[in-house]
Amino acid sequence: MTKWIEIGTLNDIPVLGSRVVRTASGDIAVFRTSDDEVFALDDRCPHKGGPLSQGIVHNKRVTCPLHNFVIELKSGTAVAPDEGCTRAHPTKVENGVVWLSVQTAVAVPAE
Amino acid sequence: MLNKVNKPKLVVIGNGMAGIRTVELLLDRAPDLYDITVFGSEPYGNYNRILLSPVLAGEKTVDDIMLNTEQWYDDNGITLRKGEMIEMIDRRTCEVVTREGARVPYDRLLIATGSNPIMLPLPGKDLPGVIGFRDIQDVEHMVQASTSYKHAVVIGGGLLGLEAANGLMKRGMNVTVVHLLDTLMERQLDQVAGGLLRKSLEERGMVFKMPAQTQAILGEDRVTGVRFADGEELPADLVVMAVGIRPNFELARKAGLHCERGIVVSDTMQTYDGRIYAVGECVQHRRQTYGLVAPLFDQAKVCANHLAMKGFATYDGSVVSTKLKVTGIDLFSAGDFAPGADKEEIVMQDASRGVYKRIILRDKKIVGAVLYGDTIDGPWYFQHLRDGTDVSHMRERLVFGAANLGDGGHSGNNSVAAMSDETEICGCNGVCKGTIVKAISEKKLFTIDDVRAHTKASSSCGSCTGLVEQVLAFTLGGDYSAAPKVKPMCACTDHSHDDARRVIVENGLKTIPDVMKFMDWKTPNGCHSCRPALNYYLLATWPGEYRDDQQSRYINERVHANIQKDGTYSVVPRMWGGVTTPDELRAIADVADKFNIPTVKVTGGQRIDLLGVKKEDLPAVWADLNAAGMVSGHAYAKGLRTVKTCVGSEWCRFGTQDSTGLGVKLEKFMWGSWTPAKVKLAVSGCPRNCAEATCKDVGVICVDSGYEIHFAGAAGLHIKGTEFLTKVATEEETLEIIAALTQLYREQGWYLERMYKWCDRIGLDAIRKQVVDDVANRKALFSRFAHSQQFSQSDPWAARAQRGVDRNEFTPLAELELA
Repeated sequence: MTKWIEIGTLNDIPVLGSRVVRTASGDIAVFRTSDDEVFALDDRCPHKGGPLSQGIVHNKRVTCPLHNFVIELKSGTAVAPDEGCTRAHPTKVENGVVWLSVQTAVAVPAE
Repeated sequence: MLNKVNKPKLVVIGNGMAGIRTVELLLDRAPDLYDITVFGSEPYGNYNRILLSPVLAGEKTVDDIMLNTEQWYDDNGITLRKGEMIEMIDRRTCEVVTREGARVPYDRLLIATGSNPIMLPLPGKDLPGVIGFRDIQDVEHMVQASTSYKHAVVIGGGLLGLEAANGLMKRGMNVTVVHLLDTLMERQLDQVAGGLLRKSLEERGMVFKMPAQTQAILGEDRVTGVRFADGEELPADLVVMAVGIRPNFELARKAGLHCERGIVVSDTMQTYDGRIYAVGECVQHRRQTYGLVAPLFDQAKVCANHLAMKGFATYDGSVVSTKLKVTGIDLFSAGDFAPGADKEEIVMQDASRGVYKRIILRDKKIVGAVLYGDTIDGPWYFQHLRDGTDVSHMRERLVFGAANLGDGGHSGNNSVAAMSDETEICGCNGVCKGTIVKAISEKKLFTIDDVRAHTKASSSCGSCTGLVEQVLAFTLGGDYSAAPKVKPMCACTDHSHDDARRVIVENGLKTIPDVMKFMDWKTPNGCHSCRPALNYYLLATWPGEYRDDQQSRYINERVHANIQKDGTYSVVPRMWGGVTTPDELRAIADVADKFNIPTVKVTGGQRIDLLGVKKEDLPAVWADLNAAGMVSGHAYAKGLRTVKTCVGSEWCRFGTQDSTGLGVKLEKFMWGSWTPAKVKLAVSGCPRNCAEATCKDVGVICVDSGYEIHFAGAAGLHIKGTEFLTKVATEEETLEIIAALTQLYREQGWYLERMYKWCDRIGLDAIRKQVVDDVANRKALFSRFAHSQQFSQSDPWAARAQRGVDRNEFTPLAELELA
C-alpha cells in the first residue's frame, strides 16, 4: 500500500522550479512544471551526483547544474544519448496540497 | 494516433542518403503524420554512398557502411519496396506506377533519385569491363576484376576518379589515370596543389596520362585497351569512367515537372507541383546542383520541416568543402579560388614539408581556401568563410591558422591521423580518439553536434572542436555534414540569437513566453540553453521594465553564489579594485570561523573566495559580510566580475597614473551590470602592465600622457592578447568609452559570447567607429548604460540576507523522518 506524506502546498514550489525535501536517506527534489504537475526525484544526478533541485526545469525535464545532463522528471531517466537513472518518487496534488510517497527500492530505467 | 488508412500517404522515390535523411528528420519532427512508402532500385537498405571509396580500398566492408537496416524500416512502419523501379508519375491521379505496372497513390511525393555517372559516348563504352563508379554493384564489379585482371584505366582525374584509382591500386592493380586537363581535381585545387597531389600519388605507384583525350575503348568480348587522340594505346582489363555525375531527373521530366540541369525546386524544396518535393543530387536549386553530402543534408532538413508542416525554414544554398578520401593524403578545399581582379591571395608553400596553403580573400573576407599537407585549419577557415567574418585584423597571421593566432587554447597535437586511439582529444570530458571513432562508426554519426551529444567530446569548452571535426572527417572519409550557416540558438528553435534579439526590439516583446510564441518555439518552455539567453536579451533590452525571471537563471545567478561539485557554494565578496582593509579581512576571517568554511582562497581577479558554504548558510554568511560593509562580488555573474589593478602612481616608483583609483572608479560605476558573458577588467599603472590588462575583456594601460584602452582579450580557454581601441587623456573619457563599449557589447553580443568573440564577429573597425569616432553615438551608448545601471546596482546579498527575497530558495520544503 502506498504511504502518502504531506509535504507542503503547491504554492510553496515556484513554477518551473523546485524545492528540497530532507530525509534521513538523502534529499528529494520536488519539481513543479508550467502546467502545475509535480514530480519528485532523488536529488542526485545519475552522472556525478549533482543536485537536480538546483537545475533549470523545462517542459517535463530538468537540466543538472553541474554538467547539463537532462533528466526526465517522470521516470528519472537521462534523456538519450546520456544514460543513467535516478530514483523517482510518486507525488499527488489534492486541493493545492502536495503529497509524496517515498520509495526505497533502487532506481530502474522506466519503460 | 491516426490509423494507417486515414493518414496521408508519402511516397519516396529513391532509397539513398538524401531521401532517407529527409524521412528520418520527418519522423523526428512528426512521427505519426504520414503513411510512408520508399522505393529503391538497389537491392539494399540505405547505405552511406560517400564511403564506397574506403570499401573499394578494402578499408571498410559493405556492412560497415549500411545506415538503415531493413529492421529500421519495419520499426518505423515504413514500407520499403527495394529493387522496384518507378516507371512513371501520374500527376493527374496522384499515383506512381512501377515497372511491373503496380499503381501506388500519394498525397505527397518526394523525388530523391540522385544522379548517374556520366558515361562518355565513346566507341566500345558498352563492352564488359567498362563501368562507372556509383553504387555497391560497381564496387563489387571492381573488386571482382581486381582478382583476375591486372591493368586498370580510370578516366577522370577528379575526386571520384582518384578515389577509384587509389582503391584499385590497393587491390593490386596497375592503375593509369587519364585526365583531360593538366591539373588534377581542377574544380577543387589550383595548379600547385594539384601538382603536389600528383607527385604524392605517383610516389605510391599511380600512373598519370594527362592532358589526354580518350578516343576509343578497344576490345571484342571484353575491354582490352584504350586509345587516345594522340594515337597512343594502353592495355586495359578494366575501364572506370569517373568523369562526373549527371542529375537523374528523367522521371520528373516525363511527368512534366520543370527541369533544367536538375529538377528545379524552390527554397522549400518543392517542385513546380506543390505536392511533389525533391532533394539531393537530382535537384537544381537557385541554378546550382550539388554532388556532396553536406548540402544534401541541409536540403533534407528544410524538406522534412516543410513536410512536417512546421515550415518556416528555407534552404538558401550551401557553400561546400571537399576532402579527398585517400588515406594518408591531407587535402582540403572550399569556396571559390579562381583568380579574379577583385581577389587577393595569401600563399604559403613549404616544398620539403609538402605543405601548401592558399587563402583567397575578397573584400576583407575569406572566399576560398586550398590546403595541402596540413589541413588542421580547414574547418576553421571554412567557418570564417561561411560566417563572412571580416579577417583584416588577423590578416598577417591568417595563413598560419587558428593556433598561431593565439586562439588555439590548449591544443597541442594536431595531426589526427597520426594519433593512437588512446590519445585524449577532449580534455574537459576525457574523451579519447578511439571512443569518438567508435561512436561515429557504430552510431552512424555525421555531424559535430551528433558527436557532441553521444560522446561529450567538445561539448564543454569547445577548444577541441577543430580536432573533433578532424576525427569526424578522418573517420567518415571527409565529406561530413557541415554546420548550417546560421546557427539556431538551440534545438528548441530554428532561429538564431540575432533573430531573437531583433524580434524582441522590433516587436516590443517583453516576456519569455511572448518571445517563444512570436517565434514559434518548438518546445513549451524552452530549455536550459535558450531560456537564460532570452532572459538576458529581455533584461538588456528593457531595463527597469522587464522583470528578471529567476527560473530562467542558471543556479549561480539565481542564488548569487557559485555551485561546487559537491552541491555547496562559494562566496566572493567585492573588493573594489582589489583593495581591502584590515576590518574587511577580520570580518571574512570571522565568517570563515563561524560557518566552518573549509577553504579560503585568493582568486585570479584579486578577491577572496570562501569555498564550501552550505546553501542554507548563505543568507547568514551574507548578513555578516554586509554588516562589515561588503557586498556581492558577482563572481558568479554573466556581468561585470572584477577590476584588477596594480598600485600605480600612489606607491609605485614607475607608476604614471593612479591605476588603483581608476580601477575603483570603473568598478563602482560598472558593478551589477548584466552582460552576454562575464566581463573582466584591469588597469595597469604603466606599460610594465603588472595588472595583466592586455589579456582582459577590457584593459587600461596608463602612460605618462594618458590612458590606452585595449579590449577583446582573453586568458582562459583561449589565450588572446587585447586589441588596441584608442588612447585618451583623462579618466572621464576612459570611463565614458569603456561604458559605451560595454553597452554596445550588451546590445549586440550573443548570450555566452565573450567580448573577444563578439569583436571577431562584428569587426574591430566597426566597433571603434561606434564607440570612438562617432562621438554622438558614444554618448548615446554611455547614457543607455548609465540608465540601465540605475536598476541593476542593488546588492542581491542584502536583498536576501535582510529583506527575505527568495527565502524559499534557501530552506527545505519539508524535513521527513522516515520509518
